[in-house]
Formats: sequence, structure tokens, C-alpha cells
Amino acid sequence: MSALTIGLPSKGRLQEDTIAWFAERGLEIVRDGTEREYSASVKGFGDVTVQLLSAGEIPRELAAGRIHMGVTGRDLIHERIPNLEAVIDMRFAMGFGHADLIVAVPAFWIDVVDMHDLDEVAHDFREAHGYPLRIATKYHNLARQFLNEKGVAEYRLVDSQGATEAAPKNLNAEAIIDITSSGETLRANHLKMLEDGLILASEAMLCLSRSAEWDGVSSETKTRISDQLGIDRIEPT
Amino acid sequence: MLAAPRSGADQAALDRAISVLAEHFADSGATRLDLPHIYQADGLLDLYGEDLRARAFVYPDPDQGRELCLRPDFTVPVALAHADQGWDQVASYTYQGPVFRRQPPGLQRPVEYMQAGIERFGDTDRIAAEVGVFKSLYRGLSELDLDEPEVTIGDLSIPFAILNALDMPEHRRASLRRHFWRPNRFRDLLERAQTPSKARKVPGDELDQRVNEAGEIVGLRSITDVTKRLIRLAGARNDAPVRPEQAQLIDRVLQIRAPARSALIELEKISGTAGVDLSAIIETLAKRLEALDVAGIGMDRVVFDASFGRNLEYYDGFVFELRAPGDPHGHPPLAGGGRYDAMTTRLGSPAPVPAVGGIIRPEAVLEALA
Repeated sequence: MSALTIGLPSKGRLQEDTIAWFAERGLEIVRDGTEREYSASVKGFGDVTVQLLSAGEIPRELAAGRIHMGVTGRDLIHERIPNLEAVIDMRFAMGFGHADLIVAVPAFWIDVVDMHDLDEVAHDFREAHGYPLRIATKYHNLARQFLNEKGVAEYRLVDSQGATEAAPKNLNAEAIIDITSSGETLRANHLKMLEDGLILASEAMLCLSRSAEWDGVSSETKTRISDQLGIDRIEPT
Repeated sequence: MLAAPRSGADQAALDRAISVLAEHFADSGATRLDLPHIYQADGLLDLYGEDLRARAFVYPDPDQGRELCLRPDFTVPVALAHADQGWDQVASYTYQGPVFRRQPPGLQRPVEYMQAGIERFGDTDRIAAEVGVFKSLYRGLSELDLDEPEVTIGDLSIPFAILNALDMPEHRRASLRRHFWRPNRFRDLLERAQTPSKARKVPGDELDQRVNEAGEIVGLRSITDVTKRLIRLAGARNDAPVRPEQAQLIDRVLQIRAPARSALIELEKISGTAGVDLSAIIETLAKRLEALDVAGIGMDRVVFDASFGRNLEYYDGFVFELRAPGDPHGHPPLAGGGRYDAMTTRLGSPAPVPAVGGIIRPEAVLEALA
């Protein structure tokens, strides 16, 4: 029999909330070795392995079947795995890690309130500058899909892997597509959300991999874990 | 879907098809053009519409901190090469090689495939050039033993001519024209154009102050850009809405899909309604059908589809595609092309230059014959 492998976020608030969530259900996650070592185990479950991974890599690990179960944001799953239904069972929302993926523009653009305005402005911008309006984001797939649905055509995505809200201030972009929870960072960076600019409401999801090898995991382990988590069956449906 | 290695008889058949096409296109007097596979992403992809731009394979250049892309088609690279020769030149080019496109998840479509084609620039006899390119591809298929393909033609200048004839302010017309290739957005804009503007009246002298108070200036858009647009929106409050019967006219025309001769009759019936005269359009279409007929293209297998070409952003006039007989939509088209004069200005020509071209997909032809 092989071990059941769980991928959990390796740092920050998301990790704390995840560990607390598992603890509430009687599964105590214990880090192996020092704080710096990115592996852990579940107390009392010898054949369960916990990998601490970047939240952004968990969707890929689930899709590849290298982990059986994982916790990460809904936004990251949709962004990284376009054809996710086939490979990932998003079993349930865990009730924390709420954040919205949104389109935001500079607050002083008082002529722009919705995506229709953004499209017009994008066209004018291209006419004036000779290149498309720049939108900073790390969510390339979700951004393209949303802009396409809304009929915004004349833009260029600028890759931004962090501090995206600062991109307009730094003159690297005119608008951004990013995650926000309270909107405070947006305001602090002189940005505002567009009225119909909500792309996706995200939260932490417990996910099961459809491509992982489930048969190798002992049925005793599967039953014990699903009992603790309060779900019928741990295997993906 | 990734390509599989090819060898033996399959490879020999493809090699043969490609050399047959090379000879066929060269016989028409076209200059052979060899083009790079890899381009600088910014410069090239900005020239495409959103669809192809999103589907290009883009990757970082380890050398320069910029991004590179694999060519997603030939039209723009050929047109750029022509620009180097000078936009005022009359020229035709032939080319062949693979193109590279990301495909939507779940669809079993190849991410790389061969194209062999022809592009003509500067021909003043527009219909002759269009029919010339069409014939080249039609006969090219025939050279590969693919006879009597199913033909769909369209003409994007028709909806544009109707837009031009409708009573509406120029800014509305311009945004409708720009979004013609995105049917949902086009519909949304057409509906907006039929209702009175919701923009508020804005007092001119406080504007700068209001914009300033709204937040720090970030990004490259300026305060003047914002105030100018506010004033323009306020000015549009008095625009008369587009009359519903005029808006419906666009829909009626875009719905036409019929054997080419019947489509012509339908257009004649519509002409004159809602105060829009379509006779110039009808005359051009009739002439083109006549020329295709003379070229020996059986008119009974030619379908005219007024919406055809709405998913191919750079085309703005005659468009066509050829499919295997009896398989109109099961597989990708075997050949296709069209007119894209307007795009030449995006590529730097001071005025639109007559430009028309098209490609054959030899692998798809071989598959259809198998």
C-alpha cells in the first residue's frame, strides 16, 4: 500500500487557516524537522504524507496526480487548470481565504465605471499612444477569458507576479486584474474596482485529484480520513 | 494536441503535396518568401486581433529580457515583409511552412500545422485579385486531387456598408465597426445605440478639479484624457437613438445564408427598406459571382453566408473557405482567405492598400483524401 499524499499551502494566512481547519476535524498536522523543512505528517496517520507547497503549484500537482488531495484558492485552480473538471474534483469550499478577482482602474478615471467604458478607453488609448492599454496581472487565462466575454479587445497583458496594485503608479500598466479582499490595498494605490469587474469570487477549496493513483491507498486510511473530514467518500467523483 | 513524428509514406505524401503547391503558386508569378518562425512578441502580436494574440505561443527570450513568439499565421509576417519592399509596390508572394497556435482545452486540434499560401498587394482591380486568389487555392486543391470542395463565401464590406448608411453619430458607428468581430459586444452596442444616452451633463469648468480630487494620477492616461472623454460623453446626450427598423436591417442582412444566387435575390428584396440602398453592394456581389462562374467554379456549390468572417478579425471584405465535399463542418477548412485592406494601415501603410490572400492546409487535405 502507498501513502495518501496531501498538498497544503507552505506559508502565510492560508496555511494557518488550513492547519486550523484540519485540526478542528481531528487531523493534527505536524511539521517534520525544522520550520524550514517543507514536509509534514498527520498525527496518528502513519501512511499519510503532507507536502507543503506554494499555493500556486498545488493545482498543477493535483492535475498531474502527484498529490491525492490539496488545499488552494479557487482562483488559482481556475487560472492554472483550464480543463479542470476532467482532472480535479473541487470537493468543498472551506469557508476561509475569501478574495475576489477583479478589474481595477485608477480612481481618477471618473469617466470609467464599467467594462464598457474600459473598452472605449482602451481604444482611445491605443489611438493616442500607438500601443494597447496595459493591464497588469498574474491571472493571464482568467483575465483573457473575462475581457473576451466583455468584448474588451485592445489591451496587452503585462505579467506581474506580485505588488500588482503598484503597476499603474510605476507606469507599468494602466489597469490591473488582481485579487482583493477588503479593497484597502486598491485604495492605497489610487485604484478602484469597476462595477461589473468581478471576475471570480475565490475561497480556499479542498480538492481531490482525479488523476492520482487512489487504488494504492489502503481503504482503511481512506475511510479514517473521510470519517474525520465528514465526507462520504474521499475518492473523487 | 501535440504533433506526432511523421515518417515513411505519410511524410512522402506531405512532401509531395507541399512541393506540388509550391510549384502551383510559383506558376502564378508569385515571389517565394521564406519567413522566420520566431518573432519579437510585442511588435508582432499587437497587430493581431485578440483571438490570435491569445493563441500565440509566447516565451521569454533568455538573452534580452523581452518576449518572443512563434508565428501564429503567415498573413501579418508576409505583410510586414511587403512593407519593407514599399507599400506602393504591386506584388504577390507565396510561402509555406508551419504555424503555431494554442488550442482551446478539450479540443483535439493540432498546435502546429502546415500552411501554403499566396498574398497579393496593390491590385487595383479588386474583384480580379479576389477571384484570382480564390482560383489559385481552388486549383491548388485540385492539383492535390481534391475536387469539387464545398465553398462558403462572405463579404464583410456588406455589413460595413450598411453601418455606414445608417443614421447614427460617427462615434457610435466607429465602435460598432470596431466590434463587428465580437458578435456579443456588437449586439450590446447596437442595443445601447437604440436607447438614449445615460451620460450626465458635466459642468466644464470644475472638471479638472473633480478629476484631481478623485485620486492621484497613475498609469499613462492623463487628466486631459479623462476630461475630454467626459465632455464627449456629455455631448452625446443629445444623440438621436438609432431607429429600430434600421438596427433590424443589420440583423436581417447578417442572417442571410443561402446558395449564392438566392442570397443575391434576398439582398435585392431587403434593399430600399429602412431607407438604406444596397444597390452598390449588390452590384459588387453580382460581379464577383459572375467572375467566379466564368472561372469555372460551379455556382451550385457556393454558399453565401453574410456572417462568415466575423471570427477572423483582420478580414474586411471578400472572405471564403473551402471544405472537403460532404464534410462541411466536421473538420477544419482545407483552405481559406480573404481581403484585409484595413489591416495594412495598422502595419504602417499611410492609406489602406489592396491586400488579399489565402492558404491551403496540406495536412487537412491529405486527411480528407485518406
